[in-house]
Amino acid sequence: MDNTTKRWTFDIVAWTLGLAAGLLLMAHDALAGGRLSTPADDRWKAECGSCHIAYPPQLLPAQAWRRMMSQLDRHFGADASLDAADRAHIAAFLERNAGSGRRVRGAAESLRITESAWFLHEHDEVAPASWNHPAVKSAANCAACHRSAEQGDFRERNLRIPR
Amino acid sequence: MRTGKLALAVLVATATIGGVVLPASAAAPVEELQKRLEAEARTGGAGFSGFSAQRGERFFKAAHGGDWSCASCHTGNPLAPGKHARTGKTIAPLAPGANPQRFTDAATVDKWFRRNCNDVLGRACTAQEKGDVLLYLTSLK
Repeated sequence: MDNTTKRWTFDIVAWTLGLAAGLLLMAHDALAGGRLSTPADDRWKAECGSCHIAYPPQLLPAQAWRRMMSQLDRHFGADASLDAADRAHIAAFLERNAGSGRRVRGAAESLRITESAWFLHEHDEVAPASWNHPAVKSAANCAACHRSAEQGDFRERNLRIPR
Repeated sequence: MRTGKLALAVLVATATIGGVVLPASAAAPVEELQKRLEAEARTGGAGFSGFSAQRGERFFKAAHGGDWSCASCHTGNPLAPGKHARTGKTIAPLAPGANPQRFTDAATVDKWFRRNCNDVLGRACTAQEKGDVLLYLTSLK
């Protein structure tokens, strides 16, 4: 092998490895939540985002959203009722963008995103002290650690766990 | 080229309509709401003798037989930001003196009185109670 061939071989191997690593990272981000892109919907964002962040619709299956939206007057211990038009609009939006498969398994029964097998797996390294931190209070408070959660960005680079 | 101009024209027209129409739909001021509540309170029964900011403050800060009061989330100082008692999410100040957006949209006001009265009292609030609280909140500077 002359030097030019060697350099070419090296370049090809390096680029292939680099691309593969990049793709793997992207796939990990996608599986882990990473960036959840949700189509813009002002009513969903405003109504579902008043007492907590507007949780991405992908994190629960359609039948769970349907059930949740039919009992908004008893929403995890609070009255979150809507007028009929807003309710119908938001329910349709949530069902249209609902999740399926691995990510939502385990959450359909309780309607709690935080009880899906996926959520528990993603957060198994979080210490109990962090969950109980006064700035966190509840696993429902995504934005306490995921600083860009409101924008659907759950990537680790934007993660700061309060201490 | 022609499509480009057309698109631009549509864009400008949309922006203009949006600019003209949207502010016009910006909602009723606090006084109108106060008047509506007063009219409701008068028809609600005999003995209506006006609203009271003091009574409103007592109502706002009292737990009405349950765990929560209005102040549980909005704090005892409605000029300051509050915090949702369960989720910890920050709530913008409730008093119009600190947050002029408050009590400017009738549908929003009705929605939150309906929800929060149900959560705190387990029933709907009367017009008297709502008027008292509104007077208390608007009196804060």
